[in-house]
Amino acid sequence: MILLQAQGVTKFYRDFCALDGVDLVVKAGEFVSIIGPNGAGKSTLINVLTGVLRPSAGTVRFKERDVTGASTVGLARLGMARSFQLVQIFPDLTVLETLQAAVVSRLGRGTRLFASLRRDREVQAGALEVAELFGLADKRHALARHLPQGDKKLLDVASAFALKPELILLDEPTSGVSTADKTTIMDILVAASRRIGLQAIIEVEHDMDIVFGYSDRIIALHQGRVLADATPAEIRADARVVDTVIGRKYRGRR
Amino acid sequence: MGRVILVLLATGLLAVPHVASTYHATLMLPFMAYGVILLGLNLLFGYTGLVSFGHALFIGVGAYTGAVLTSELGVRSLEVILLAAAVLGAVVAAPVGALCVRYVKIYFGMLTLAFGMVFYTFLLKFYRLTGGDEGMRVLRPFLLGVDLGDMPKLDYLVGPYYYYLAGVLALATFCMWRIVHSPFGLCLRTIRDNPAKAEALGVSVTRYRWYAFVISAVYAGVGGALLGPPTGNVDPTLAYWTHSGNIVFMTLLGGFASFFGPLLGAFVFIYLQDTVMSVVPYWRLVFGAILAFIVIFAPSGLMGLFVRRRPIQVAPG
Repeated sequence: MILLQAQGVTKFYRDFCALDGVDLVVKAGEFVSIIGPNGAGKSTLINVLTGVLRPSAGTVRFKERDVTGASTVGLARLGMARSFQLVQIFPDLTVLETLQAAVVSRLGRGTRLFASLRRDREVQAGALEVAELFGLADKRHALARHLPQGDKKLLDVASAFALKPELILLDEPTSGVSTADKTTIMDILVAASRRIGLQAIIEVEHDMDIVFGYSDRIIALHQGRVLADATPAEIRADARVVDTVIGRKYRGRR
Repeated sequence: MGRVILVLLATGLLAVPHVASTYHATLMLPFMAYGVILLGLNLLFGYTGLVSFGHALFIGVGAYTGAVLTSELGVRSLEVILLAAAVLGAVVAAPVGALCVRYVKIYFGMLTLAFGMVFYTFLLKFYRLTGGDEGMRVLRPFLLGVDLGDMPKLDYLVGPYYYYLAGVLALATFCMWRIVHSPFGLCLRTIRDNPAKAEALGVSVTRYRWYAFVISAVYAGVGGALLGPPTGNVDPTLAYWTHSGNIVFMTLLGGFASFFGPLLGAFVFIYLQDTVMSVVPYWRLVFGAILAFIVIFAPSGLMGLFVRRRPIQVAPG
């Protein structure tokens, strides 16, 4: 089943062409990594797919519905969530409150003006469940701004997971985190996505160990175009991609 | 602990007419009316992160609603007046808010200021409707359907009217407490902290800002209607921008980060103004210095000096 489909997506910033006719398809059950050198258009692509930016041309379909230019809020309701390259948190909210906000949004209870948040069992349980999945339960009463950087990153991703989306787009979820912690984060992500019934993950990633370790498919972007769209094994064998995007040390490595 | 303090304060409030002088009891009247206004303003300021410099507009709407109803239309029931003030506050705030909440920070503040000035000019210039700079009379309203017209004015004010006002403030406080502790209140705080992230979580930022704006205008309308009866008169200065500035000042003075901060701010402001005005003619100079001091040295207001945030427990590992 095709979950997300982009056709001819083009994005201009004035005269600069950041995306030049990008086509991609993501099916249910896939872990797709988007790689490419700085300025290849990875973040622009994520922003177009999640409704933050409107494409200059092309269409985006999510669950067989045209969502080109749809709002971030609308896409979140439809089941598409994201995390940010630069970590985005609510500084003065606790870990639990952050996750509760996502659960409130998912359950459509944001307009309950006089209801007690504390006594809303479903919201409380939903938030706690995600906190436990991400190993944040011990710090659930800490303010987000008091968390160490790695936990802030986790909280950003965890709140996206708390929406129980079908598709999640992660913009460099392990950037700024030590190599040892990266695998931990990725393992948490994969385990959590099974638990919440996530259908597919799209991830922008620079760390090739992560990319080759977790992806079902890799899309290499270069100068706003799709340079390659293939399995990790095929990508390794593709000299063009290895030279422009990855670097030689990964060629043919097992 | 918090509940004990609250009960003590509430008891104190109810005891004031019995233990304090009439003069001090009458000072509590504007405090309670401003209390209602500030609870609403702080939903926008402290919880949603928007500073309005035009909220006197809605105070004016509420105050003139009371004046028009009592002196022009012969409606004297305070319940009806408060309901009408709330509804009119919302009706005016709906379009004004829809425009203002598209902007943030200084642009939001300036736009609310502009709408406030438009309304002020309307009150000042449409003499036949509003009485111009002389304003309008507010006849003594009936409380719970009882006409207390024969009572001496001060007895009415520090007696039935005082307790009525205390009741309204209690109800307004209870409702606002529920609102800020509801799922809705949590959504507002996500918007205050990080609008982009809130959108990513499916919270419609402009829509929720608009809700907060309208609710705060309802509170300002009700509070405005309660300001009229003690003086028996309303005039355009109620809607002037310096009045908007005053309520922002009260909020800063008490501390916008705390639920009860603005109420403390209103209380201190009223008494300080009264004291300073009786000592020196240039009270605004003193207040300006105080405001500067707060912003620089105590950005979390008086409440921030008394109440520390609960220490955050982070488990090791």
